[in-house]
Amino acid sequence: MNAKDNSLRVKHLYNRAGFGISYADLHKISRKNIEKIVAGLLKESKDDSITLVDGSESKRQMLVQAGLYAKKNLSDEEKKIRQEITRMQNEVSKDLNIAWIYKMINTTSPLREKMTLFWHGHFACRSNEPLYAQQLNNIQRTHGLGSFKTLLMEVSKSPAMLQYLNNQQNRKGKPNENFARELMELFTLGRGKYTENDIKESARSFTGWMYDKDGTFIFRQNLHDDGTKTFFGKTGNFDGENIIDLILAKPDTAEFIARKVYKFFVNDQPNEVHVKELGDHFYAANYDISALMKKMFTSDWFYSPENVGTKIKSPIEFLVGLSREFYVTYNKPQILIQLQSSLGQYLFNPPNVAGWPGGQNWIDSSSLMLRMRIPSLVLNDGEIDFSGKADPEDEAVIALNKNATANANNNAKPKSYVNANADWSKFLSTFPKGISPLELTEFLLQPKLNDKIVKMVSDNKGLRSTAVEITSMPEYQLV
Amino acid sequence: MNRRNFLRNTGFVAAGSLFVPAFMKPFEAMALDELSLYKNLVVVQLSGGNDGLNTVVPFGNDLYYQKRKSIAIKPEDVIKLNDMQGLNPNMAALQEIYDQGWMTIINDVGYPNPDRSHFRSMDIWQTGSDSNQFLSTGWIGRYLDSNCQTCKFPYTAIEVDDSLSLAMKGQTKKGIALKDPAALFRNTNNPFFKAVLQNDQEHLDEDNLGYLYKTMIETQSSASYIQNTSKIYQSKFTYPSSGFANQLKTVSKFISSGLKTRVYYVSLSGFDTHVNQIGQQGNLLKQYSEGMAAFIKDLKSNNKLDDTLVVTFSEFGRRVEQNASSGTDHGTANNMFVFGGRLKKQGIFNAAPNLSDLDSGDLKYQLDFRQVYGTILDKWLDVNNGDILNKKFNTLDFI
Repeated sequence: MNAKDNSLRVKHLYNRAGFGISYADLHKISRKNIEKIVAGLLKESKDDSITLVDGSESKRQMLVQAGLYAKKNLSDEEKKIRQEITRMQNEVSKDLNIAWIYKMINTTSPLREKMTLFWHGHFACRSNEPLYAQQLNNIQRTHGLGSFKTLLMEVSKSPAMLQYLNNQQNRKGKPNENFARELMELFTLGRGKYTENDIKESARSFTGWMYDKDGTFIFRQNLHDDGTKTFFGKTGNFDGENIIDLILAKPDTAEFIARKVYKFFVNDQPNEVHVKELGDHFYAANYDISALMKKMFTSDWFYSPENVGTKIKSPIEFLVGLSREFYVTYNKPQILIQLQSSLGQYLFNPPNVAGWPGGQNWIDSSSLMLRMRIPSLVLNDGEIDFSGKADPEDEAVIALNKNATANANNNAKPKSYVNANADWSKFLSTFPKGISPLELTEFLLQPKLNDKIVKMVSDNKGLRSTAVEITSMPEYQLV
Repeated sequence: MNRRNFLRNTGFVAAGSLFVPAFMKPFEAMALDELSLYKNLVVVQLSGGNDGLNTVVPFGNDLYYQKRKSIAIKPEDVIKLNDMQGLNPNMAALQEIYDQGWMTIINDVGYPNPDRSHFRSMDIWQTGSDSNQFLSTGWIGRYLDSNCQTCKFPYTAIEVDDSLSLAMKGQTKKGIALKDPAALFRNTNNPFFKAVLQNDQEHLDEDNLGYLYKTMIETQSSASYIQNTSKIYQSKFTYPSSGFANQLKTVSKFISSGLKTRVYYVSLSGFDTHVNQIGQQGNLLKQYSEGMAAFIKDLKSNNKLDDTLVVTFSEFGRRVEQNASSGTDHGTANNMFVFGGRLKKQGIFNAAPNLSDLDSGDLKYQLDFRQVYGTILDKWLDVNNGDILNKKFNTLDFI
């Protein structure tokens, strides 16, 4: 394979397995072959947990909260305390969100964070308690490239999930089927691979899986239904761990996870032959997630044209990729939360337990227009320096925009509400001297360039304005 | 046939400047007689779970006063509608609307196995799913997908907001979200974006890039159409100064200027009244009622009320018994309001909630919310509700 083809492959790999790659790194790394690079990505993906939320302070608050919750009539003072705790939890939840998106922007273990993002959507969960949210996020990071069995077991025992899917209320004689149903429908097998009776019986098996006041998993024997259950045609005195083992014994589970991984990393439209190949490999490798990822990233089909530059970036991939690419500093980090929410992917707040539907669902008129505005807002105070010929109608629009900007300036507001700075000199220093606007465009865009884009950038003046234009195009939404 | 072939075969490929296929530019092609008798639906969402029992107060039931010692609305304050139910005093602005026969109250609307999470229950209401079913398309979105005679334009459904609700997202078609038509027009007509679309025939394939271009072209075309159609219209009506009233004013401007949009979506939030409910809910109900009364009268004065149906919902009602903080916690069934000039059954549609037959402290629903949607789909939007709701629901007689 020639050097150029290899570097295209490496760029694709880093776009999908991580959040992009700088021009300088790309040319350094591309000297190696793909197998070595994939091995490197898996190896350098070291685990470093998020430790923002202070465990002892959170637990103290939760104890106070639980005490107040149990009380009938609260004094004004107590009501104030309760409100204050809720307010602090909301604050910390926002800080946690920002801590994670910053981690993705700055990480030197991009595959680890990308996997965490994948599992975050797969084991979708909401928790008002930031300590639990952080715990679950760290489980998904620590085990995200390890054994799927361990990951599944840890997630199932996490307070966030036990609470979210009501296993706290799942007791002997009064089963709550919420967790058992989603475990099979969304986390492992998919619809149609189990019966309603399997759900009932497995719900009984998970009775007594709870967490205590300290947020630690506890198996409460006295609330556990230790009667005989029949699950997948087998009969026994099953507990939750037995049920998880029986689910994993089915190759359907490996294939279900493989399909989801494929849709996230390769293509929204799964190629069933490739999915089957991955599923078989995953099952044979005893659910080793690294083995699955390695198989996928080293398969030739991963690099075939229908899989390159054809996927719509998720809002997080878009925001993190742009911020990494241009070394962006956010003077008001809260804007990142606002952007996540406006673009439809607010981390730690998936729409429901099925996660974000993804693909074309990310795009509607308002989210697309916002996505195409963000690069100019982040990189250039909202301006797209465009020197094409303006027709009379455009002149009116330009005047309107000037008016709006002038009004904003009169009110002494910052020029762009995003209030961020790109490090242009750092960005430009990653390119060789004398790189042309066209070469820069080829580097920034994953889809193949067509005549229109070539023509647009060839009359262009500088690298900086080229970068702003290119990142404001529909093509930049694809990876 | 893919889109590109379709364009080629039908000779739609426009020569010259901005490439917009004719079927995406319907205003110019529209016949005049289509302008009249255009039925509109306006969906109003009250977010946070509005307490229906303090909205339409069952003042004739002692149980209500027993369960709500510190937050019940006193009988003398209630705006009485019949012997059993009346409106919260903050809704005085709606009395005239009610008396004119332009308002219907549907009691006890819900669904089986209700979910008490805001997010989940809102999803269920917006998608029209069962409570254990996860759909990624909304009920209005699937109406757009159905490609019916009346929903073929990209601006068939407009949400007056910055972002689009799940209710408005279909598989292949989506509504359009905008707060300010002039701002969207400016944004989409930015010279750079216009240049991006210049002579663009490459990108109308059915792949993801084609989808992005198609969305962009439709957004630009819709923004121009909406701006050009509505900019001349000036409402003579005075609206109260609230964000909610402003949304309704925008909708009224669109309807009255003859926009060929069929569905509008607006929302008002803040109804999660766990603590000191009386003041907070009162303010919101006042905003709602005054905004709505102005909107309905505005439509009436423009001769549009007969062509408009307004429906209000919230993701759930609240518990019958109040909590210890003079508030209420998440509950189940709730009332819905319908407004319009051509209501078949005006006033109170069905019996008041039964407060003595509860499901662990919560109201049992009498009507499935999808019967209300189904009625609107069948009788107002002229599609078969079974095609949109995935199963057929019996319709009701309020329209």
